[in-house]
This record gives sequence, structure tokens and C-alpha cells, in this order.
Amino acid sequence: MTESALVRVEDLRVTFHLPRRTVEAVRGVSFEIEPGECVAIVGESGSGKSVTARALVGLAGPGARVDATRLEVDGQDARRFAPRDWRRFRGGFAGLVLQDALVSLDPLRTVGAEISEVLRVHGRGPRSARTEQAHRLLEEVHVPEPERRAGQYPHQLSGGLRQRALIASALAGGPRLLIADEPTTALDATVQAQILTLLAERRAAGETLLLISHDLAVVARLADRVLVMKDGRIVESATTRALLSGADHPYTRQLIAAGSGRRRVSTAEPGPVVAEATALRKVYGDRAVVRDVDVTVRRGEIVGLVGESGSGKTTVAQLLFGLVEPTSGQVRFEGRRFSGVPERARRPLRRRLQFIAQDPLSAFDPRWTVRRIVAEALPRGTAVAPLLERVGLDGDVLDRYPRQLSGGQRQRVAIARAIAPRPSLIICDEPVSALDVSVQAQVLDLLAGIRESDGTALLFISHDLGVIRDLADRVLVLHDGRVVEQGPVQAVFDRPGHEYTRRLLAAVPTLEVSA
Amino acid sequence: MIRPILRRVGAGVLVLWAAATAAYLALLAAPGDTVDAIIGDGADTPLIRAQIIQEWHLDRPAVVQYADFLWRAVHGDLGRSYLLQRPVAEVIGGQLAPTLKLAATAAGFGILLALVLALVARRPWVRRLSSTTELVLVSTPPFLIGIVLLSVFSFRLGWFPVSGDRGAAALVLPAITMGLPIAGTLAQVLRDGLDRALEEPFAVTARSRGLRERSVLVRHALKHALLPAVTMLGWSFGVLIGGTVIIEQVFGRPGLGQVTVQAVSSSDLPVVLAVVILAAAVFVVINTVTDLAYLLIDPRLRRS
Amino acid sequence: MTIALTRPGTARLNLRVPRPGVAAATLFLAVALTAAIGPSLFAGDPLAADPLHVLEGPSGRHWFGTDQLGRDVFARVVHGARHSLSIGVAATLIAVGSGILIGLIAGLSHRIADEALSRSVDALSAFPLVLLALLFIAIAGPGTTSLIVAIGVALIPHFARVVRAQTFVVRRAAYVTHAVAFGAARSRLVLRHVLPNVLGPVPVLAVIGLSEAILLAAGLSFLGLGPQPPSPEWGAMISEGRGYLHIAWWASVLPGLVVTATIISLTVVGRFCQRRFEGREIA
Repeated sequence: MTESALVRVEDLRVTFHLPRRTVEAVRGVSFEIEPGECVAIVGESGSGKSVTARALVGLAGPGARVDATRLEVDGQDARRFAPRDWRRFRGGFAGLVLQDALVSLDPLRTVGAEISEVLRVHGRGPRSARTEQAHRLLEEVHVPEPERRAGQYPHQLSGGLRQRALIASALAGGPRLLIADEPTTALDATVQAQILTLLAERRAAGETLLLISHDLAVVARLADRVLVMKDGRIVESATTRALLSGADHPYTRQLIAAGSGRRRVSTAEPGPVVAEATALRKVYGDRAVVRDVDVTVRRGEIVGLVGESGSGKTTVAQLLFGLVEPTSGQVRFEGRRFSGVPERARRPLRRRLQFIAQDPLSAFDPRWTVRRIVAEALPRGTAVAPLLERVGLDGDVLDRYPRQLSGGQRQRVAIARAIAPRPSLIICDEPVSALDVSVQAQVLDLLAGIRESDGTALLFISHDLGVIRDLADRVLVLHDGRVVEQGPVQAVFDRPGHEYTRRLLAAVPTLEVSA
Repeated sequence: MIRPILRRVGAGVLVLWAAATAAYLALLAAPGDTVDAIIGDGADTPLIRAQIIQEWHLDRPAVVQYADFLWRAVHGDLGRSYLLQRPVAEVIGGQLAPTLKLAATAAGFGILLALVLALVARRPWVRRLSSTTELVLVSTPPFLIGIVLLSVFSFRLGWFPVSGDRGAAALVLPAITMGLPIAGTLAQVLRDGLDRALEEPFAVTARSRGLRERSVLVRHALKHALLPAVTMLGWSFGVLIGGTVIIEQVFGRPGLGQVTVQAVSSSDLPVVLAVVILAAAVFVVINTVTDLAYLLIDPRLRRS
Repeated sequence: MTIALTRPGTARLNLRVPRPGVAAATLFLAVALTAAIGPSLFAGDPLAADPLHVLEGPSGRHWFGTDQLGRDVFARVVHGARHSLSIGVAATLIAVGSGILIGLIAGLSHRIADEALSRSVDALSAFPLVLLALLFIAIAGPGTTSLIVAIGVALIPHFARVVRAQTFVVRRAAYVTHAVAFGAARSRLVLRHVLPNVLGPVPVLAVIGLSEAILLAAGLSFLGLGPQPPSPEWGAMISEGRGYLHIAWWASVLPGLVVTATIISLTVVGRFCQRRFEGREIA
């Protein structure tokens, strides 16, 4: 393109030489970033997107070998950079924002100290003015009461404020390029929307942005151009508009399809009530985590329970599952009392009620193979392979340990184990949150199929409204331990009645696909 | 902030009480007559026996004996050594200074050496050399280290005195002997903590600000590495106690260790029990210091 | 799965010993073990004094030289393996057995019983090992048996703590919750999930505990509180040779090096097994 490109990369390769093996993380990537542009790199885990971004600031990681026929930043050949040059360049020319400020800011130092550090390293202003300048930077990213916040530690700030502080520290050196690696991934939807607005503001002010994300929907609002990465290569590079109106590469199309959602509706009418919770209340100490929650799940029905972190959704799941006793209220399962009774009374019903967790790895006995894990859930002597086939797994995973499987495979094993005793209800707590978008779609298909064929009811807990919309029939919106709104998914999403639901819906990034 | 400190103090009192009780039970559990256990290898005359029965209230019910034992322990009266014919508090008090001097010097040397090893030896081959040395250090019986040092620096080279506690020179070899295992272990813990911290996202953020690797190490990682190292305080205290017992023998130094060994080999139980209670007291202090150090280093723990 | 080991130093030992090193350590342990079982395979009489050859340096005839009574130091070291290793092994068995029992009971029982057990174990484990052992010996008197029991008892808290912590982790692990989902009864949970996952790491811990026990035994014998002369125990030998350090360093330094080699070998082998074990448990 033009001579003025801020970053120019040709045939970038990053190889990790680990003790036992060599990993080619990035295999020949070329791109340019113009001043004032916002470029996004999108890809799933292991696509090499983060490594590419970090290679730009010389931080590809320990044991990494970086090769490129061209690696120019700000018109200089970065391949010839001495450590000194890199240090001047980092923070000064390019600022880096990582995911989850709770661990990306030093937890043992105050936010102010973290920001001042950049000022000190790059000699921005005299020592006496640094505190003041740190406050100004916090103000710039809309942190209220900057003087007070600067003296606090990351754990004392909310997720949103933390992330803002992290961005402030990346901006402190006055960089021309801001690299944001999954800047909103650990955040709730409403907070994510705020951070994206902040980034958009920076871009409007003339900052050049490089965004890295696994979620096309998140960056599509912001980016001028999108580079789609898969297995260390750029499979597609286009303007965001062009990409959404018709992607060339099948992988991109798959990502877009997964991001834009697809309703999985059932034809069957819901049957009799399977589980019913009335006036559930749970108090820990002096804090009511769940307050007066009523939930009814019918046979063949998928009920979505949506809420942000701290809304009490996991506690509701534990109450329904009989892991935690309610402070007041009652749970009934298949017409019988399920709360307030000894575990002995619940035991005969246990196999009819199953559970799928977000992190399947910890849900498996580490010493057991897949065969044994699934066999335990089946009647003695029943073959395991047909069940695995049903959840889309080959027989060759049978003798492997859970840790040797991919995230998607593990979740399939968890599903196989859950459906083995033919339960009437499966409680799913964020079952796809840890999975890549394309795998997410497959697992959702699988769950919808099981409901369809077995008539199993699902209580599906998620922070992700998109997932709920794609899968559930009815939705309950949980906020501060209370159900603030409920109803059929379509109705709630189209005409949200409660203010909180409206905010939540507005915050969800969606892909507006222009066909 | 007040409540955790109160809880800590309460726990400390509880440990002390438990130690005193255990000591008392040990006395009862000793084979033979309790009077025999208290006399140990000291002179055994009817007069002394009567004195012991009176002093320990052995003619009164066990509850009274126990209560009285606790009451006296609280007031610093730990009984009398019949072997040495002196009050236990006096025996121990007189030997405290040389032992404290040695332990403090050894701890200081060990901590300093550990910091140097962990922070400076970071190139791969230096690390390998350093961690091999540490493995050897923590695997060698401390008395062997002492013996080797003695035979080289005192007998061969004559740089340091062979035994005794006269002057600073006499302190050098024992302090090194006791400090080396501490240094070996602490260096491993520190290095491990540094390595872990350097892999954390905040270290990447720090580097992305243009910090030198050395600054990332000292300004960010070190504080994180100190947390597990502080946990080792209690353990180092154990090493120091065990160390004094053996090292004072090797170097012929006066001190609590000598007193303890002598008391153990001649069954001078009042002295042994007093040492146990003293150790418990020191342990409580060390633990409180550890907890406070934690609060000082990690703001996340300051929420009460 | 993170496991706190007895000796913090070896627990966090971040040293990757190359395979030849592990092989050498295994070989050394094998030899030491053989020597403990059949010392006469390697060396002659450890008690035969020879007044004409007192305190002679290492030579072809006396590999490790002779001591103040003209006894062959090498023969004494070889025969000493029986004393030192059997004291270590016996003490470790006591510690591991009681530790598992106490740890499991604490980890599986209800709050109050667990509190009581754990607090007392915590208080005990806070004490320096040497002091606990010394207290025991002060009461029971010196000698091999009391040395074994003293070291065994002193090491109990370490194992009890590890097993209790491990039990706690496993009990609360999501896979145990899941077993509840299948309506598994408590006894079945404990037998099928908790016990195997808790006891898995114990053999490795025992190897490292053994090194601790041997080190402690050598120290206490050095103080004259173990097997009484003329028994060729390693710590006692080092202590006896100490008086002749200025003219015959070998009489105490060489046995000391054998102790060190044993401890290093145990540590290396223990760490290797632990790494393998963890490698199996964790991706």
C-alpha cells in the first residue's frame, strides 16, 4: 500500500522450540496497518493470533524464534532491533492491553504505581508531575474519582474499572499503536460494551488499533479490516463490510454463522412438569444470594437462566441440583420433595437428574479413562461405543484420559455421561463458555438434538444471551438474585420489559450480516 | 484488620497452652515414677525426693498438679534442674545469648545468599550449577558441612578457631554451616517463585511498557516470589533450632543446643520441657511475624 | 494436583536431573539396599580392630582408610547401611501409616472432629522435627528402638497434613460431586474416588520422607542418641571420627559423603517419580 504504513509485516513466522517438540505457531503471515486504522485479527484458540500480535512488540514468548522477510514498525526495521530499541519502542510506540486486568496488572501494586511506571520508564514528565499525570490518564479512560482509584489495588476495582486502568497504563507512554489482546473477554456483556465504546473513542481520537479476539461479533463494530487466522495462517483478509456481506473462505463463513446465531426450535410441545422450585431463597452470612426465585421446567423444554457474574445463577443451579440446601423455599423433582430431605431420600432420583459443568476436566476422575467414565453411568454390561457415537465421538477416544482430549471432546464426553442414565432433566452450567465459537455451535446442536430425540428437559445457565437465544424456549433473567423478567425467548428478546434486560440486550455484540 | 490479629493472638495462646500441656503429659508418660523422671540422672536422696514432691505438689490430685504447673509456667518458673542444681529458667536464660547470636547470624547469611543466588544466577548454565549446589546443600547433613569446614579452614588453614565462642571469628564457620541449608532451600523457593511470576500476564504487561528484564524481576516478580519464601520462615526456624542442637556440638560452642543435648542424654526432663515450651513461644512469634509479613506484601489479604 | 511435601526444599526443587543422573541415583540406592541386606557381599568384619594400622589413609587395602581402632572404615560404612537404612525405613513406615490414618479420618470426618485433629497436627508439625524427636528420646531414653519411634512420631504430622489436604481437595473435587449425581453412596464414593486419588501420591511422598528420616537419624546418632557403640551406624561413625579430624579426615568425612549420596539419590529418584506421577495426572 502506501509508504506511510505504521506496521508492515511480510512472511512472519514464529516457531516455539520446546524441550520435546517444535510448535509452528505462526506460519507466514503478511499484513500492514495504516495510521489511524483499526485492524482486527480474529481466530480461535491456537490460531496464532496472539503470538502474531506479541511478535510485533518483540514479546512472542520464551523459546520463540521469530522470522520475517519484513518486520517494519514506524518505518524502522524491527528485525535489527537491539533489546534497547525494543524497550524504547514498547510502551512508547506501541501499548499492549491484555485480557483480564486482575492478572494483567501487577496485583501487588496500586493502579497509580502501574501507570506511573510507564511514565518513569519513558521519561514522560518530571517525577513530581507523574502522580498528577496518572490521574489525568485515569480520567481520560473515564475512571471516576481518579485520585482515590489511583491509590487502590486492582482487586479493589470492579472488572470494568480495572480494564480501564489497564488501558490507561497502556496509553501512558503516548503510543501511536494500541494493541488490545482479547480486551473484553473476561467481562460481563454490559461492561464489555462499555470497554468497546472506550476503544472506539480512542480510535476516533486518531489512535491506531490492533484488536485480537476470538469473537468476530465483538470486533466487527470497531474494525475497518479483519484478518481471519486459522492454524497460524491468515485465511482471509478483507474490510469488515466486505467480510460480512460475503466471506470467501469457508472457515470465515463458519465463524460468521456461529456468531450470528441460529435458533434451534423444537416442534414438540412441552410435557408435564419435571422440576419445580418455589420461593427459593439462599442466604450466605448476611447476604441473600438468591431471593424468591421460582423456576418450573417441563419435559422436553429448554429453560435458559441468564445473568451476569454475581447474579446468583450458579447458586440457583446448586439449589436445584440438591448440592446446597435452600434457606427457605422448596425444590420438587418429578413430583417428589428434593430439598429439605436427607441425601438418602434424593439418591433414588439422582440418576434422573444430571449435571454438565463449564469445566469438564475437573468433573472427571483424573485416573479414569473415557471408557470407564461413561461406563459408570450406564447399566452394567452396556456397550459404551454407541453412546459415544451419539455425541459425535470416535471409538479411539475410549482409552484416553480426559486431559488428553480437546475442550470440545471433553464436553461431549460430559454430555454422553449425562445422557447415559436417560435423565428427565439436565442442568447445564455454562457448558459452552470455555469453547471456541465453532465448537460451541456443534455442542449446542448436540444438546438440541438430545432434547428433540429423548424429550430431556434442559435448564441452561449462561451469561451469554446469544447462546440462550439460539437454544432456549423460555428464559429467566436473573439480577441480584432475583428473577427480573421471564417469558418465551422470542418475546423477551424482542420486547424486553425490564430495564436490566434492555441494558443486557443492548450490550450483546451481534453480527449484522448484510446478505 | 483487628479481628484477624486477635484471632492470631488467640491461636498463639492456644499453641502455647497445648505445648505446655503436651510437656506436662510427657512428664506423666515417662516410664517409672514421676519423681524419677524429674530427678533424671541427678543426685537421688530422700531429701531431694521430698523437695520434688513438695515443689510439684505430687501429693495433691493430678488436676491441681496440672493447674499449678501451668500457673508457674505463666510466671516463668519452669522448675529446677536437679542435674545442674539450678532453676531451669536460669539455666536457659544464661545460654540464650550465644544461641541467638548464632541463629541470627546464620539466618541473615542464609537469606542474603538465597537472594543473591535467586536474583543473580539466572543464565541457564549458572542456574543449573546453582540448583545442583542447592540440591547438595539441602541433602548434606549439617554436621558434615561443619566437619568439612572445620577440617579445611580451621585445621588445615588455621583461619578460624576450632571451638568456643570468643570473638567474631568463632562465629563465622558455625553461621555458614547453619546458613547454607537455609540458603539452599530459600534460593529454590525464591527462584521458583520468580520463574512463576515472570510467566504471569502482569509480567508481560510490564515488559510491554518497555521495562528492562532486571526491572521486571526486581520491581514486579520479587514481591510475588517473597510470598512463598515468607511461608518458609517457620520452616527455617525449625532448621535453626535443629541446627543449634547439632552445630553447637560440632563447634564446641556454648548455648541452648548444648544444654538441650546434655539434658536429653541425662534425662533432665525439666530442662527439656522448658526448651519445648520456649520453642513453642518462639514459634508463635515467628508465625505472627509471618502473617503480618503476608499482609504487608499482599494487599489482597488485607480485607478482613 | 499440587502436593505439599515433607521437606520444602525438595518439594519445590526445580531441578530437572538428566536421565543418566536418575539412573546413577537408582543404581546407588540399589547398591545401598543390597548392602543393608547382605553387607558381607561387599566387605569384611566391621568390628575387627587392628592396633597396628590405626588411622591409615585410604588405600587399596582399606578403601576408606581405617579409624582410631584400626577398623576398616569402608566395612563399617557398608555394614552401617543396615542400621541407618532400617532405622529410616521403619520410622517412615510408622509415619506414613499413622499419617494416612489420621489424615483420612480428619479429611473425611465432620467439622468438629476435623478441626480438633487438624489443629493438633498443625501444632505438632509446627515444631522442629529434631525437637520432637529429642523430647521423645528424653522420655524413652536413647537407643535404636526409641530412635525409630522418635523419628517416626516426629514425621507423622507431615504425612497427616498432606493426606488430609489431599482428602479435602478430592472430596470437594467436581468429579466427586458428579459421582453424587449418579446417586453413589458415601462408602462407594470414598472407595472408588477418594481413596485412590488420595493414596496415589503417597509412595512418592514416602521416598522423600525416607530421606528426611535418614538425615534425622544420622543427626541424632551423631549426638550419641542412637545405636550405641561399637555398632557401625553412619551418624555415630561421623561423630566418633570427629575427634581425629586434624589427622584423619576420612574417618568422618567419607561416611558423611555416603550419607549425602544416599539423600541426594533418594531426592533425585523421588522427584523423578513425582514428576512422572504428576505428568500422568496433569496434561
